[in-house]
Amino acid sequence: MAQYLIRRTIYMLITLVGISIISWVIITQAPGSPIALTLDPKVSPKIIEQMEKNYDLDKPIYQQYFLWLKRLLSGNLYSFKDGRPVIRKIGERIWNTLLLNLVAMLIIFSLAIPLGVFSARRQYSFLDNLGTLGAYLGISIPSFWLAYLLILGTVKLFGYPVLGMRSFVTEDFSTMEVVLDRLWHLMLPSIILAIGGIAALSRYTRSSMLEVVRQDYVRTARAKGLPEETVYYKHALRNALLPIITLFGFLIPGLIGGSIIMETVFAWPGIGRLAYQAVLARDYPVVMTINTITAVLVLIGNFLADILYAIADPRIRYR
Amino acid sequence: MDSQSKTFWRYFKRNRLALGGLLVILITFLVAGFAPILAPYDPGKTDVSLKLKPPSTRHYLGTDQLGRDVFSRMLYGSRVSLSVGFVAVAISILIGILVGALAGYYGGWVDSLLMRFVDVMLCFPSFFLILTVVALLGPSLFKVMVVIGITSWMGTSRFVRAEFLTLRERDFVQAARALGVRDRRIIFRHILPNALAPVFVTATLDVATAILVEAGLSFLGFGVQPPAPSWGNILTEGRIYIFDAWWLTVFPGLAILITVLSFNLLGEGLRDALDPRLRGRR
Repeated sequence: MAQYLIRRTIYMLITLVGISIISWVIITQAPGSPIALTLDPKVSPKIIEQMEKNYDLDKPIYQQYFLWLKRLLSGNLYSFKDGRPVIRKIGERIWNTLLLNLVAMLIIFSLAIPLGVFSARRQYSFLDNLGTLGAYLGISIPSFWLAYLLILGTVKLFGYPVLGMRSFVTEDFSTMEVVLDRLWHLMLPSIILAIGGIAALSRYTRSSMLEVVRQDYVRTARAKGLPEETVYYKHALRNALLPIITLFGFLIPGLIGGSIIMETVFAWPGIGRLAYQAVLARDYPVVMTINTITAVLVLIGNFLADILYAIADPRIRYR
Repeated sequence: MDSQSKTFWRYFKRNRLALGGLLVILITFLVAGFAPILAPYDPGKTDVSLKLKPPSTRHYLGTDQLGRDVFSRMLYGSRVSLSVGFVAVAISILIGILVGALAGYYGGWVDSLLMRFVDVMLCFPSFFLILTVVALLGPSLFKVMVVIGITSWMGTSRFVRAEFLTLRERDFVQAARALGVRDRRIIFRHILPNALAPVFVTATLDVATAILVEAGLSFLGFGVQPPAPSWGNILTEGRIYIFDAWWLTVFPGLAILITVLSFNLLGEGLRDALDPRLRGRR
């Protein structure tokens, strides 16, 4: 295990270098940017000056990469828009995004697994087929469209605002009311963010469950006369859930991608919305840093999933 | 029909959902192709006296804030969704096949290098990356297609690589190699045709994803630029009026949902019918 961890860490570092190189290539070497920007008369000389400072455009190409990386890590990369360090701008908002994503992840796992297990138990029943159809709808629905329909419905039904992280007037609220207000505002965006994941994960759980109940040891458990419930929920479920653990690594990119749209729709002050505003303002240092940070988050998520898998399944001996 | 296609068809036609998906896709194609004939009005013709009229027998899906006929605009908008879906996926399939074939056929350091690259690309949340690159390059239909294509080939390359790893050890490949057939010919003429089945499945599912991504980009203002109609931008322009003119939001979203759903159902149906291990399950 220790050996595996070391190898896996080295491998992660290599991927990290790859991520930084690709980020750097896109931002500095992609056609149209940032050199072509200087030809655009709308761009102010201040931005061009900032750009040359950020990218050291007069230096040789390999030096540009290392200088960019140094600036990124030491917090000396500055936003085009307001000249503030990119790291600080992101630091102010990243927790809001992480909160939204963690709640979405929680919703996904706590709903998808029971749904999948239930569907597998009653394979091809009416409810299972309904679940299949629901899963297809879940992965096919445009999230922003669903968001607008739900906003329309909620506001008409309850007449209480849903946008933002909290209501505007909260001074005369008690602590309890503040907490409820926060939860209320968290509810819609996290549920919509979770829908694709619920659909995908419940299907994985279902097929994993169906695969496991066909195995010999399940037949043995039945043969020795154990009650069906015990066989199903104790013997089969444990093994079926193993591969599901690793899926949380696989859900992260989708959640973060979805955050951009959800945070924009719900005026949620997270890094997704920051990224969108930065894209609109052509604030490339911010955009690219967020891209890099999210890629690193995905990498860490996958790493954790692998470790969890190894801990949960004693058959897996990483070498 | 050879026996393989017959088996495929026998299993595929049993799957009603997949057949339904195929039917809807065919209809969408016809609609996109014959949009100029089917559209009752010019999609760009504005008439402020008719603005924000609800659905009626004159305007089936109502009119928008400039008095344009939503039904006609939606017919033309289907062209955008379908072309983005197909062109983007064609690009991603080509790259995916090339990368997967090289990695799987040559193995060794070529394989390690290419697959590490795939791992790195998979770390970037693709929607984010696409938005960034489209914003850098400036939005246009063509750029959206290309960018979606070059950021979504990783899944295909993994499937193709896996197929190549097993196929390259088979006797017919060894025989071809013993006869002195060149690598390029072995890869594209001998192995690739046998590795295409999973590619078709992924391609169909990827069309669904690409249409959703385009709609998302349009929603954020980086898709097809108005006044050219696309489902995404009709919805986006209409969302300001959501409390007064629900039809501007509901219908384009429904069109996206139904089309994407059809591609997903067709893709899953193809997967079930093509994979002998899954056939026994239904």
